[in-house]
Amino acid sequence: MAIEVRIPTILRSHTGGAKIVEGAGDTLGALFTDLDSRHDGLKGRLVTDTGALHRFVNVYVNDEDVRFLGALEAKLNDGDSVTILPAVAGGAPGFAAMAAPRGLRAGSPPVR
Amino acid sequence: MLSIDRAIVDAIVAHARRDHPDEACGVVAGPTGSDLATRHIPMENAARSMTFYEFDSMEQLRVWREMDDRDEAPVVIYHSHTATEAYPSRTDVSFAGEPDAHYLLVSTREPDSEEIRSFRIVAGVVTEETVRILDAGVDPHAVQSYMFGQSPATVDYECSGR
Repeated sequence: MAIEVRIPTILRSHTGGAKIVEGAGDTLGALFTDLDSRHDGLKGRLVTDTGALHRFVNVYVNDEDVRFLGALEAKLNDGDSVTILPAVAGGAPGFAAMAAPRGLRAGSPPVR
Repeated sequence: MLSIDRAIVDAIVAHARRDHPDEACGVVAGPTGSDLATRHIPMENAARSMTFYEFDSMEQLRVWREMDDRDEAPVVIYHSHTATEAYPSRTDVSFAGEPDAHYLLVSTREPDSEEIRSFRIVAGVVTEETVRILDAGVDPHAVQSYMFGQSPATVDYECSGR
């Protein structure tokens, strides 16, 4: 089944410059594994070594943030559209900033 | 070098002042490939914090789609530091995910003056650039340039982690 995936500028080095690629999978994690088979290194930019969705990216299925759909477990159907954007965040120096932005947000699922 | 209209800089500074002491953030969009910053889009700081900023993910999707539809790119991504200098933190560098953007920082730590500086952040390497503020409607050649020299122009934090 075909799922359209929109790739942000910063990751297009993995897709030969393509802005839109197609992949298959019944979950987001399976889709990323499928994409990685043709776009080497892409999965490593999206998924951490411990198997969680990287916090440097926002991923949407159709118009929903996958962090509210089960992250890598999010179910996909034929014809779905997946959009990847760089997360835009940061902050002042001198604070334990790396841990904070996601953690501060009420309702965020726990980081696994 | 970042060239930007004074009216847009004034609007960014006003946004930063309005949200002070929380950090403010936003985008200036412009035609893809032009490097012209023409459309100011103040964004919500979803972290609502004095030390962090984070675009709301749904607002970001809407704004990025809109830019796509208009054949625009995020030419400038700005945020404020409210108690420290206008220089990218390690966190800023870790998250910097738009290699073609000018990362504009505004410090509002002084109550009656702002420090405004711009940087390229590519693969963990920070390079400061000149900010040229254009006074539209006056004399197009009458420009002021700012380059604050107290920090090295290029810093590699070696921590992009990607």
